[in-house]
Amino acid sequence: MNTITGKVWVFGDFIDTDLIIPHAYLATSDPSELTKHAFESIYENFYQKVKRGDIIIAGKNFGTGSSREEAVFVLKQMGIAAVIAESFARIYYRNLINLGILAIQIENITHAVKNGDIITIDCRNGTLQNTTTSETFIFPSFPSFIVNLIEKGGTIHFLKEKLGKH
Amino acid sequence: MSMTQKILSTHIVKDDSTSPVIPEIGEIIEVEIDVIMVHEQLGGRIAPEYEKLGLDYIKHPERVVFILDHWVPSPTIDASNMHIRANEFAKKYKIENILGENKGICHTVLPEQGFIAPGMIAIGSDSHTTTYGAFNCFSTGVGATDICNAFATGTLWFKVPEPLHLIIKKSTFEKGVFAKDLALSLLEEYGVDDLIYQAMEFSGPGLRNLTISSRVTLANMSVEMGAKNAIFEFDSITENWLLQNSYYLSRHGEHFNSISCDEIVEGKSKTIDLSTIQPMIAKPYSPDNVSEVNDCIGIEIDQGFIGSCTNGSLEDLRSAAYILKGHTVHPDTRCVVIPASAEIYLEAMREGLIEIFMKAGCIVGPSTCGPCFGGHMGVLGDNEVCISTTNRNFRGRMGSYSAQVYLASPATVAASVIQGKITSPSTYME
Repeated sequence: MNTITGKVWVFGDFIDTDLIIPHAYLATSDPSELTKHAFESIYENFYQKVKRGDIIIAGKNFGTGSSREEAVFVLKQMGIAAVIAESFARIYYRNLINLGILAIQIENITHAVKNGDIITIDCRNGTLQNTTTSETFIFPSFPSFIVNLIEKGGTIHFLKEKLGKH
Repeated sequence: MSMTQKILSTHIVKDDSTSPVIPEIGEIIEVEIDVIMVHEQLGGRIAPEYEKLGLDYIKHPERVVFILDHWVPSPTIDASNMHIRANEFAKKYKIENILGENKGICHTVLPEQGFIAPGMIAIGSDSHTTTYGAFNCFSTGVGATDICNAFATGTLWFKVPEPLHLIIKKSTFEKGVFAKDLALSLLEEYGVDDLIYQAMEFSGPGLRNLTISSRVTLANMSVEMGAKNAIFEFDSITENWLLQNSYYLSRHGEHFNSISCDEIVEGKSKTIDLSTIQPMIAKPYSPDNVSEVNDCIGIEIDQGFIGSCTNGSLEDLRSAAYILKGHTVHPDTRCVVIPASAEIYLEAMREGLIEIFMKAGCIVGPSTCGPCFGGHMGVLGDNEVCISTTNRNFRGRMGSYSAQVYLASPATVAASVIQGKITSPSTYME
């Protein structure tokens, strides 16, 4: 978990879990069918436009609403490398970390990037640079156990290793 | 210590001598979990994630309560298959408390069936798990992976939340005003994100004027403000409710690990005067887009919904029936009424409430979460307008993206469906 470089998709404030993945589709057991509906009311056919390694930038209270982990699972399916938001809803933040997706909180970040910009995140030094505009932001480093969870690819992998040792 | 800190401190996993005894605000700690509630999510993301661990057991299957409530009875083949996957998982891992699909909505049924006790820690695969805080415990919603973690280890990590003390002064609601109106007033003040990571701790001399149903509504909607949990101080109302619950007595006896509020952190409190609260309404598309009902009078509605984990209690049904008695639902409006549990449904029948609803032209459905999340039994079409006793009115929440949902108390919804437009409950109160 050293540096990540990727193209950004910018979202506004209060993107709730129904906008990320509407509840109506949750009963399906087919991950690719589920992913087709991710953010469908914001960016049409988002799942086709997004590339693995892309980064989501969002405003306030990203992921507010339901505890549905599908709202993070679809990001994982699409290969989203990190989510940077001005603030996160509590359960959504936990779900991101649990599924091994980097979650970083940076104030006013949506004013400093636009769709298609390339950013580089340096986790070790706690910096984020918009390489398109050269503007740089700092963020506090993560507690070591969270770094560990993300490096392992999420809580399930971490847990499997931990339980296997006993 | 706050009430939340007290409960967390009694549940800390002490794996070595350096583990803290009294957790500080902001500290990350691992705690034992007393109750793990799971619903359809068991057959959604939980089962496939848990299978990855390769375990053939759940550490404490006696602590798990599994209920089906979102898509019951199942409206689609996908939902039926989800139920099948969930039931198979429950059987395979020997979950001990399987409640099936005929009891009602999880957050109503778990306390009703005596699973929730003061002083405990409960988690659930549903964001409205904050509801159990009405019964003086710590409870919060988590995602599928956190449930898997708790299944495997019996524990989970939490950051100790900062308290916000809500002190109810000696006061009562005016006629036509209910806990939902207070919840919406708090949303007006705190928005949907001011209380992220915080614990809403209710206490004060006026607490005795908030019934268990009122506390349920408030604890339920605390998550709409971003709160991690809400907790009500233990008092005679809590005690009497538990003592009258035969399920509680058979599980726990006449015993309470009651948690009281004996320290108010300065600068982190708000005093609430119940008598100043007005009937409130949340407009599309956010629960904090709040104004007084009086500012929305006359907006035409296609549907009214009375029910959900927020406002489907017997007390809620009584307040709606009080208004609907002798009236009929407007011919251009449909009204769906869903008691939050089978027990409530039965009691509502005995009291004649169901007859009042049906004679008024309401559609009374079996206990389910259905319409609240746009699942079934009252899904909104394009551009339809609904006034609902539920907790969220996000775009697309109850159906079409172009539909609009207003959130209000059961009394306000009842008054509105008679007129076919948003109406103050005071119109039907002497």
